[in-house]
Amino acid sequence: MRGTLLVLLALLVAPFAHAIAPTRMPTPELQARYERLIHNFRCMQCQDESLANSPVSLAADMRRQIRQMLLAGDTDQQIRHFFVSRYGYFILFKPPFAWRTAWLWLTPGVLLGVGALSAVWVIRRRAALVTRESGDEDESFDDGLTGPGKHS
Amino acid sequence: MIPELGQFALILALLLAALQALFGIVGPALGRERWTAAVTPAVAGQFVMVATSMGCLIASFVANDFSVAYVAENSNSALPLFYRVAALWGAHAGSLILWIFLLSCWTVAAAVGTARLPRNFAARVLGVLGTISFGFILYTLLTSNPFLRLSPPWADGQGLNPILQDPGLAAHPPVLYTGYVGLAVAYAFAGAALLEGRLDREWARWTRPWATSAWAFLTCGIALGSWWAYYTLGWGGFWFWDPVENASFMPWLMGTALIHSLAVTEKRGLFKSWTLLLAVLGFSLSLVGTFLVRSGVLISVHSFAVSPGRGEFILTFLVIMIGAALALYAWRAPQMQSEAGFEFSARESFLLFNNILLVTACGTVFAGEMAPIISNALGLGKLSVGPPYFNPTFLVSMLPLLVLVPLGMHARWKRGGLGGRGRALLVALGAAAVIGCAVAFGVFTGAGILSPVSMTLGAWIIIASLLDPIDRLRRRIAIPRAVLGMTIAHIGLGIFVFSMTAVQAFTAERDVALTIGSSVRDGGYTFHFQGIGPIQGPDYGGTDATMVVTHEGKPVAVMHPAKRDYWVQHIATTHSAITIHGGSNILVALGQSLGDGRWSFRLQVRPLVLYIWIGALIMAGGGLLAITDRRYRLSQSAAKEAAALLAGGDAR
Amino acid sequence: MIRYFVPLGVFAAVVVLLALAIHQAPRKDLVPSPLIGKPAPSFALPSLADPNVKVTSAALRGHWYLLNVWGTWCISCRIESPELLAIAHTGVVPLIGLDWKDSRAEALAYLHQKGNPYQQVAFDPGGLEAIQWGVYGAPETFIVNPQGIIVYKYIGPITPRAWAHDILPRLPAGQASGS
Repeated sequence: MRGTLLVLLALLVAPFAHAIAPTRMPTPELQARYERLIHNFRCMQCQDESLANSPVSLAADMRRQIRQMLLAGDTDQQIRHFFVSRYGYFILFKPPFAWRTAWLWLTPGVLLGVGALSAVWVIRRRAALVTRESGDEDESFDDGLTGPGKHS
Repeated sequence: MIPELGQFALILALLLAALQALFGIVGPALGRERWTAAVTPAVAGQFVMVATSMGCLIASFVANDFSVAYVAENSNSALPLFYRVAALWGAHAGSLILWIFLLSCWTVAAAVGTARLPRNFAARVLGVLGTISFGFILYTLLTSNPFLRLSPPWADGQGLNPILQDPGLAAHPPVLYTGYVGLAVAYAFAGAALLEGRLDREWARWTRPWATSAWAFLTCGIALGSWWAYYTLGWGGFWFWDPVENASFMPWLMGTALIHSLAVTEKRGLFKSWTLLLAVLGFSLSLVGTFLVRSGVLISVHSFAVSPGRGEFILTFLVIMIGAALALYAWRAPQMQSEAGFEFSARESFLLFNNILLVTACGTVFAGEMAPIISNALGLGKLSVGPPYFNPTFLVSMLPLLVLVPLGMHARWKRGGLGGRGRALLVALGAAAVIGCAVAFGVFTGAGILSPVSMTLGAWIIIASLLDPIDRLRRRIAIPRAVLGMTIAHIGLGIFVFSMTAVQAFTAERDVALTIGSSVRDGGYTFHFQGIGPIQGPDYGGTDATMVVTHEGKPVAVMHPAKRDYWVQHIATTHSAITIHGGSNILVALGQSLGDGRWSFRLQVRPLVLYIWIGALIMAGGGLLAITDRRYRLSQSAAKEAAALLAGGDAR
Repeated sequence: MIRYFVPLGVFAAVVVLLALAIHQAPRKDLVPSPLIGKPAPSFALPSLADPNVKVTSAALRGHWYLLNVWGTWCISCRIESPELLAIAHTGVVPLIGLDWKDSRAEALAYLHQKGNPYQQVAFDPGGLEAIQWGVYGAPETFIVNPQGIIVYKYIGPITPRAWAHDILPRLPAGQASGS
């Protein structure tokens, strides 16, 4: 009974307790891979935290699973596939580049492309409107922002 | 009694907001001068009522009135006075009261600030602000009333979430909301211009101080939030691309674009539709952010409690406020085109790219923010988007922008060219490159390509910003506050970029298991675990460890990471110990006992991290300085002229 | 002139999506399982009652069964316990328990006290077996067909309504009894 109570309390406490888990892998390369992997998976219970930072026991189990797989010689790709095939894409912080998510990854490029094209179009039009005769706009309006070429 | 008074005051405020909106928008439209004149009293009245309401809620917290449900849920008699007041904005309903109060403050400020502007225009501005007030107060009264009573009253409160019991909590929401809400004023100025069907350079001059001050507060608010997260959560991260963080970042990006676009409109009468759109979108994103956080469609550690009813109300409100504004924009903006021109290398050109790149960045963050919601809503499966998406995509638009900053600030208006500063800029770039590479490769280890490039850009921005002031000093010309402010703000940006690169690229982090008396090395420092023991506070108990840090033999600090157990709420929190040393931050967080006298710790060394927030604050400071420039002090000369005319008229 | 309507158009699309999202919100925390339609993980776990006896997926081949993930620490599991006993009583489908992250003694005491609805109980104190099933909370219940394929996953405590609407119709007994 007391044991149950303690476990229950631990679970109430857990959400704000630490996920500090010193883990030693045999080689620095494996250590680096381990660190990277646990930061790139989402904890399925505390869904806003990575496995590295989540205090719940599920996260600890998943970290152990990753450790085991790394020691068994699995590649990062295989480890990722293991979790995605059981939990779905949601477990990755980095949305995959698949048909369903292509629009997300292409958004910055598309926006940039559209923006650049419209900028060029606008600048062309405005450059044609600049008349050679007239001086700089509004001599009397000195906001001091015109730099050394202009007297103030 | 007091809570009822508070609620009653809020209802009166609702009525006054309705009148404010009605008189402000319909008055000028129908040419009714008396209605137009009635707007300012309505503003004053609404402020009095809102302040009263807020005061009543504060009083309930201070007096530990646990018959009020909201107080009982968020406070507790063991809570120190400071946090009892701050608990007001600890949850949904109270934070709305804060929103409404700040909106009322900004409205009063706007009323004062527009006192010398054309009456119809000023009325319209206040009228638009009135509609926003009306919507928020109605929402609060209907779905999130903080004055509801509990029957029977609780003997004591549930207490404030311990993570929120921190000075950072007290400051972050008010400052952030001041910025969030402040963008409403720029939105109102844009709305007034759209309602009038007219926009000129004067309008831009009037609007600039409001946009810039809101932006400055938003900058400070976001910086505070980031600092608080770093300091409180124990992971030492300062930005997580968390949905709620993004919700405040998007208005900021639009706000930055807005203040720059306003410069073009003021100077040359160009970019009118851009400026209008940015003003509308900036506040719209504030509203969308408010929706996302309170509707339950987001997954976030920050999210407020879920309730679909709340979500639907705000969505309706969004449709009305943003939809109307954008429809008005689509109708009226085409009529506001100007025919001025500029060359390819002119400042206008740079600022055009500035607008585009910031909008692209904002659009990208928006896409990432909405992707999980869209994917879920369309049945495409459950998606998650985190830093591995945001970081690279944000850089795609931001790096080009950083390159443009040093050049753009020297480009001449209209004619283009760098005004003879081309060589100086090149030399500056060279110097910056030397600094960037020296730091990236010399001071730290493990640099790739991105870090020296990014550091170079940061340094280049700083040096380039100094060129103009130095030149003016040499030639003994005055430096107007607007120029000084701009310089300072850009220097702040450079500092921010430089230090952020350092933190992102060169942070050393390790989890270790130590027994008392043992040491470990990390990031160039040695950590010696000296001891551990129990501690106690007003509403908590816990454990406190002693860690001695040295750097190459020389003592640096004695740190005390701790863990606290809050009895009332049955929550344990971590209080990581943070030390500053030579611009770096050393962070030690206590884990748990691993048995056999071993304890786990997380050690982090983060170089230059403090300058991230210092840089941000300098940016905000520069902005605030710029708006104190003489030319924004409204129409003082015009007022004198008018007075002289009147005096002349009387003498006749 | 059309380009001035673009912001309004984009906004309209966003509103539609947000409206859809609100209506989905209450169940938004449930992550759909990608294992539906895939073979269940094969397992050979010690039984709760006797560590020397194995609960194996091989032995369960050829039968429909429900795999119910539970733990004595899980409050919702206690809520679902009477319903599980009722299901066991009907004899429609055997319940196989997966005792997750628990203490053997506690679990045995719990079953003794509350009643044991399970035909067999596999013991997974380490939690690695549950990960194989994509478990991320308790209680969760999987329907497995005789070919060893996971047909359905129910998340949360099984209520009488959930049994009648979501689980029974997917079993041959439910389909045979006509609808």
